[in-house]
Amino acid sequence: MAQDSTITAPTSDMVRLTVREALRDAMAEEMRADPRVFVMGEEVAEYQGAYKVTQGLLEEFGAKRVIDTPITEYGFAGIGTGAAMGGLRPIVEFMTFNFAMQAIDHIINSAAKTNYMSGGQMRCPIVFRGPNGAASRVGAQHSQNYAPWYASVPGLVVIAPFDAADAKSLLKAAIRSDDPVVFLENELVYGRSFDVPVGEHVAQIGKARTMRPGTDVTIVSYSIGVGLALEAAETLAAEGIEAEVIDLRTLRPLDKDAVLESLSRTNRLVIVEEGWPQCSIASEIMAIAMEEGFDDLDAPVARVTNVDVPLPYANNLEKLALVNTAAVVEAARKVCYRG
Amino acid sequence: MAKAGTKIAATDQLPKPAQPKRHVADRNELLRLYREMLLIRRFEEKAGQLYGLGLIGGFCHLYIGQEAVAAGIQTALTDKDSVITGYRDHGHMLLCGIDPKIVMAELTGREAGISRGKGGSMHMFSVDHKFYGGHGIVGAQVPLGAGLAFAHKYNEDGGICVAYFGDGAANQGQVYEAFNMAALWKLPIIFVVENNRYAMGTAVTRSSAETHFWRRGEAFRIPGMVCNGMDVLEVRGTAEAAIDFVRAGNGPVIVEAQTYRYRGHSMSDPAKYRSREEVQQVREKSDPIEGLKDDLDAAGIHEDELKAIDKEIRAIVNEAADFAETSPEPDAAELYTDVLVGNY
Repeated sequence: MAQDSTITAPTSDMVRLTVREALRDAMAEEMRADPRVFVMGEEVAEYQGAYKVTQGLLEEFGAKRVIDTPITEYGFAGIGTGAAMGGLRPIVEFMTFNFAMQAIDHIINSAAKTNYMSGGQMRCPIVFRGPNGAASRVGAQHSQNYAPWYASVPGLVVIAPFDAADAKSLLKAAIRSDDPVVFLENELVYGRSFDVPVGEHVAQIGKARTMRPGTDVTIVSYSIGVGLALEAAETLAAEGIEAEVIDLRTLRPLDKDAVLESLSRTNRLVIVEEGWPQCSIASEIMAIAMEEGFDDLDAPVARVTNVDVPLPYANNLEKLALVNTAAVVEAARKVCYRG
Repeated sequence: MAKAGTKIAATDQLPKPAQPKRHVADRNELLRLYREMLLIRRFEEKAGQLYGLGLIGGFCHLYIGQEAVAAGIQTALTDKDSVITGYRDHGHMLLCGIDPKIVMAELTGREAGISRGKGGSMHMFSVDHKFYGGHGIVGAQVPLGAGLAFAHKYNEDGGICVAYFGDGAANQGQVYEAFNMAALWKLPIIFVVENNRYAMGTAVTRSSAETHFWRRGEAFRIPGMVCNGMDVLEVRGTAEAAIDFVRAGNGPVIVEAQTYRYRGHSMSDPAKYRSREEVQQVREKSDPIEGLKDDLDAAGIHEDELKAIDKEIRAIVNEAADFAETSPEPDAAELYTDVLVGNY
């Protein structure tokens, strides 16, 4: 696995930032460095971002580069994509990726395929970013994980960070990439604080990160699921099960080598995903484990996902539908043949 | 009750382009327009033949009959300006100065094609010529074109974008999303509606509540113009008025060019939704190339000179076809190239 500047132990050169601040800092730094970078979306400028991710950008960069759009996802995704074809480096914010379904035609048909269809001459360096997955008590239309949708599309880079350091260093990498990037954030993680290295750190796209070393079972996840996996690993450690937690971070290209390498040492695999089970990232990791890691498996691979229903509103039902730490612990015990 | 008295539509009170005049072309301009239109006509006829021979696959949409639209508009552009269109794109590409050989080789799916054989008829691009496609999704080029116009404005490069789409695409919702933002942000773009009267097999009157496409921008305060898209000099005059208005920073203009396609929607369309007589009548009375001959004659350009041009163009097109037939297909390794730009 390649070394990555974000894999750094906490030192005195760390600053405590929320994920939302880290994302904002990434955009601000890249906008300072490259005049072609601009951000557009609903409420990104004067309102300072529906989730305050673009706070302060209008003040620093002005209305030319921080652009409020009408509520018109299909349209502004197309305009952003066209601007990228014309040589700019747009960051298109979706208030949530649920609304990006109206724009998915431009993300896939216009942005993802153009480089290939043009024989490599027409680039589309654009970042589509915003919160993805379930928030809290907002019901089915506002709660969906699109990671498997985008991760299935050749021509896209798909990134879904968990902590603030990765949010910052991967968003910087996304903005610098010459490819169209779908950057999936999570509303429930925006307000969490993490240590972020001071200074210029640009992550390598396509590399997973070992969040916690372990020897007994590999737990693979991404985005908010990484937090659950880490919590589960604490519980498991108290029971004498040492779980290795891997954050995929990038879902396309997928760092399957990191998963297989860990599996070759632990011989057990659990995948945690805040999303539906069918045709999921978890499904993909299971397929990889079977195709390329079969001889390393000492137990069937387990996946822990949301329940296969539209997300309900009622508090109790929502809790029942969402992936949770207890279920991760249970799955890890099962693949270790404990309990 | 509203007060008595006629109201003028809001757009009538807003700045609008100068009243266009039919372009008065000099000898060289006339020859260029004739050549450009004839090149498209002969190129498309040849593409139709190659399709019939099985050398071109899939969908292939010919521009025959509509040549005056792109010719009238693109001869008025400068090299700062960008062009984008849908899948009926061969003519617009030739007018951008792209080599007919590499366009034809793309149609036959060859390595030497402009997209290295990976795009095909509907997906061709040339960033060098500021031709941004060649888009297969009906209407997608309209917001993409607004994005190109956004880039012109952002970069302050003085360029404008021309985004072509058909009467069919004019009913896509994203077109109006783009109109709204283009007007709101005063983007330098000309939206050209090539109204060829049929969205595939559906006549305009069967698909459109408002068939005056040039008025489709009124709700966004975008001025509209309509011209005879079979008269290249009228198109050219209209284009010049539109270009002057847009380049001066007034925001977008819609130009409806009323035209007609002689062939089916694509090569696989037998066009049974209209009569032979209808097609024949347009060909005989309104053909854009034949229609220019009075102007050519008046400028002292006679049949023998035109015949020489025709001969020269046939040679260019034959050479393109030979090239497209004999060039090798892409290497199998090309299957995996250019999916992503970066190495991750």
